[in-house]
Amino acid sequence: MEYFLQQLINGLTLGAIYGLIAIGYTMVYGIIGMINFAHGEIYMLGAFISLIAYLAATTIGGGGVAVGLMVALLATMLFTALWGWAVERVAYRPLRGAPRLAPLISAIGMSIVLQNFAQLSQGARVKPLPPVFRGGFTLLEGETFSVHLSYLQIVIVALTVTLMAVFTFVIARTALGRAQRATEQDMKMAALLGVDVDKTISTTFVMGAALAAVAGFMVTLYYGVIDFYIGFLAGIKAFTAAVLGGIGSLPGAMLGGLLIGLIEAFWSGYFSIEYKDVAAFSILVLVLLFRPTGLLGRPEVEKI
Amino acid sequence: MLRVENLHSGYGRIQALHGVDIEVAAGEIVALIGANGAGKTTLLMTICGNPRATAGRVLLDDQDVTRLPMHRIARLGLAHCPEGRRIFPRMSVLENLRMGAVVADPAHFADDLERVLELFPRLKERLDQRGGTLSGGEQQMLAIGRALMSRPRALLLDEPSLGLAPLVVRHIFDLIARINREQNVTVFLVEQNAYHALKLAHRGHVMVNGRVTLSGTGAELLANPEIRAHYLEGGVAQ
Repeated sequence: MEYFLQQLINGLTLGAIYGLIAIGYTMVYGIIGMINFAHGEIYMLGAFISLIAYLAATTIGGGGVAVGLMVALLATMLFTALWGWAVERVAYRPLRGAPRLAPLISAIGMSIVLQNFAQLSQGARVKPLPPVFRGGFTLLEGETFSVHLSYLQIVIVALTVTLMAVFTFVIARTALGRAQRATEQDMKMAALLGVDVDKTISTTFVMGAALAAVAGFMVTLYYGVIDFYIGFLAGIKAFTAAVLGGIGSLPGAMLGGLLIGLIEAFWSGYFSIEYKDVAAFSILVLVLLFRPTGLLGRPEVEKI
Repeated sequence: MLRVENLHSGYGRIQALHGVDIEVAAGEIVALIGANGAGKTTLLMTICGNPRATAGRVLLDDQDVTRLPMHRIARLGLAHCPEGRRIFPRMSVLENLRMGAVVADPAHFADDLERVLELFPRLKERLDQRGGTLSGGEQQMLAIGRALMSRPRALLLDEPSLGLAPLVVRHIFDLIARINREQNVTVFLVEQNAYHALKLAHRGHVMVNGRVTLSGTGAELLANPEIRAHYLEGGVAQ
């Protein structure tokens, strides 16, 4: 029982991070019908930027841990969002109107470029960050095993829930969100009504990248080690999460993220940690076979 | 107010317009009639910037808008109610109307909404319903209402009668006349339903294979034997 609870906590934390990345996939897919395979790399860049920003803020800036974390979070969101914007501008916008395969290949190319860029500029070795966030609660004191909930896990889940709430509000209630949904449903009509479609799409990439940045920031704190390759697996997992939840659906991405996180945590807790990725991807295969629209995806039926 | 000069346009290598000249003066209703594939929709879409004109000019109040991006053209007071209505299917009626007001000053949204709902009381009952679940006639009303939410000076209407029951068609055309008269909106109307369109319009043009072949007042064209033979026989009974 204690062990189960611990895996649940770990799984939820992991799932929150996957969910944040998955939102970027789902939003971009929703608006231009394309899988942005470079999104995992954006997350990886977010992790690097957060590490650099935190170290810069605490050592050069001389701020304390709290100030350092705040500065790092904001700087990471800002700079990673810029990366997201630039990727769309350089690799996807020129291909708008091209056959669907073209931006997909461009995305894979962009992913390789960003990975190599990080490797060349930051080195190939693993970058550590000493734990900055210690402590937590012991929830259950067992004989052999006690359940531990760290402050960091609380922060990760709370930050994720807050961001989710803000994003859901923006998409559902604001003029920007309406423009995004209109562009998603009928790009040409949105333009006829005066929506600057290019700007709306850019904003979507910026929003997705900002969330991936938060995920990168949290992973840096949570695991304490990052390298240039972390974007690949996290990206594919988050993509799996988006598909599992129903690609194009915002709550679906979050749900999918949580499920993938939980599956991974329980699988490594009870079966084998080596095969945790197999578990996650088997789920992807099963979903694609039996429920291609995902858990919360909508079937494509419209009255004409 | 709207002038098209020697406009050429098309899709890829297929040319659909071969030098069209049309002028619509402020306050007028001008109808463009023609058969399927004559280039009517292409003309309206080219005026709005997609597809781009390959030659010729589009002038809005003497401003050349031929090369402006689509969303900038919409901001100049030109509203387009396109072929197939293009309602946002997964947005509520109210949200569709809000999208129509993207270029308008938010300060008069409430007034504009009231004005549109007064014109189309049916929409009022369905404000929270998804656009995709409306009937064809309701969708047409929503499409026109959405276009009016921007307080346009000119309204482009592409086949508003398409797929609607005769009674609904009559109602829609009455409303177009009212919008033109009461709200002083210039109307450029594209129709296959030549009888209704020419009866409503002050002036009309006939388009064949991407060229304007005949022009005149609505009444003149209605009386023209050639038009009667090609576009009206059987249609008059409506």
